[in-house]
Amino acid sequence: MKAVITVIGKDIVGILAKVSTMCAKYNINIMDVTQSVLQDLFAMIMLVDMKTCTIDFKEFVDKMALLGEDENLKIHVMHEDIFNSMHKI
Amino acid sequence: MLNTGDVLETIEMIQQEHLDIRTITMGISLFDCACDDIDRLSYKIYDKVCRYAKDLVKTGNDIGKEYGIPIVNKRIAVTPIAMMAASCGGKNPVKIAKMLDKAANELGVDFIGGYSALVQKGFSPGDYALIESIPEALSQTQRVCSSVNIGSTKTGINMDAVAKMGKIIKKSAKLTQDRNCIGAAKLVVFCNAPEDNPFMAGAFHGAGEPDCVINVGISGPGVVSAAIERAKGCDITQIAEVIKKTAFKITRAGQLVAREASKRLCVPFGIIDLSLAPTPAVGDSVAQIIENIGVENCGACGTTAILALLNDAVKKGGTMASSHVGGLSGSFIPVSEDRGMIEAVKKGCLTLNKLEAMTAVCSVGLDMIVIPGDTSSDVISAMIADEAAIGMVNSKTTAVRVIPAIGKNVGDELDFGGLLGKGPVMPVNTSSPSVFIKRGGRIPAPIHSLKN
Repeated sequence: MKAVITVIGKDIVGILAKVSTMCAKYNINIMDVTQSVLQDLFAMIMLVDMKTCTIDFKEFVDKMALLGEDENLKIHVMHEDIFNSMHKI
Repeated sequence: MLNTGDVLETIEMIQQEHLDIRTITMGISLFDCACDDIDRLSYKIYDKVCRYAKDLVKTGNDIGKEYGIPIVNKRIAVTPIAMMAASCGGKNPVKIAKMLDKAANELGVDFIGGYSALVQKGFSPGDYALIESIPEALSQTQRVCSSVNIGSTKTGINMDAVAKMGKIIKKSAKLTQDRNCIGAAKLVVFCNAPEDNPFMAGAFHGAGEPDCVINVGISGPGVVSAAIERAKGCDITQIAEVIKKTAFKITRAGQLVAREASKRLCVPFGIIDLSLAPTPAVGDSVAQIIENIGVENCGACGTTAILALLNDAVKKGGTMASSHVGGLSGSFIPVSEDRGMIEAVKKGCLTLNKLEAMTAVCSVGLDMIVIPGDTSSDVISAMIADEAAIGMVNSKTTAVRVIPAIGKNVGDELDFGGLLGKGPVMPVNTSSPSVFIKRGGRIPAPIHSLKN
């Protein structure tokens, strides 16, 4: 399955590095990244492949949320299908 | 790659605008539990419910986590217990209610619905026994919900049942006076009750339903309200489009969850019920949608027209998004659960008369309305008769869930907590309808029911 990681918050140095390190740690392949900085607000969307992930998906969701809390960012990891269902016919 | 705007829109809907899957409701048929011994019947029902729903809560939580969308409630609806109690020769079915409650507690589901009777044309001994036991059952259980269907477009209105339900509502409130009269908040009286509704207190598993089924109820008044707020300067046709598009998106989320829950639980998917069901949270209000479209306060002149548009647009958007839409689908107007409506009542702008008019175009009826504790049971019955007449003539579901606040009067408040919210006591027209109510009999079905 594929998942979408969204990171929203105040722009700080090393956000991308921290999120991708976490992905690498659990053997998650990053397939695509888009990011935009609007004034101070940072928004990054990452499409990842969870096929080779070494931990349970739900556990990964918690770990990323925790990382977000530590960095004062909002990090959500959600199954790709929720976006496809809502925005594609 | 997904569109950035789409991704952020979904995140915002969930995080800021309270989009949620209100409930995954498992419908379970109890017909194969039939037994003439009430103890044995209760146990068989308990056993079947526990077996079938053992993974419901865990599955709901797992799906919520994986898809990142909150699934607020996990619920169960069962075959109307009056049908089951019929085989026990009119014995008091409270034992069954207690076993249902025990099952719900052990499974961790939020509510279990189906302590119900369908008496639109008359009573069987099982119906009679069940209705008489409702106040006791609701006062002795935590999670059991009850409903009674007293009329339909096809059959007319059973006025004997209407007269009885006024008394039953009052007694349910009295027996739970120490708990904010919560008994009456778990009891709803229907006309044209849908058999696949996943929302409480009116959920039950109809006789024509399969052995087990998954129905999903979606909410999202906050999302619709925010979309309208962004659509400043639009004319009303464009507003209807905005609502339709929003309803489409949120129904698709529900369809995904329903499909996934059905697959994981190996239970067929029944229907999606797309209902704008408000919660007491800030911004999650149907009144706010109405006000955002352009009246100063919910209840002002124009409210009924806006609600009609809203209800219709929600259905149109939802129908396109799901293979099976059913239940109540539309917009709820439960006063105590909607912060905007509570405010409008307090300002004197939203009255019971206006709410009655609104029920002609909303998806249910007079819902979660707190009335003075000394309101006579005949007046409550007459409110039920009025609502049922609106439903019967317009071929739509209508319902009455009023809570007589025992010992309280206009100016006081009842606080139920949680999703049920809190409601100010509303004044009721107390002019006596007693002669009408005591006549009994049946209001004949309207001429347009003869469609064959």
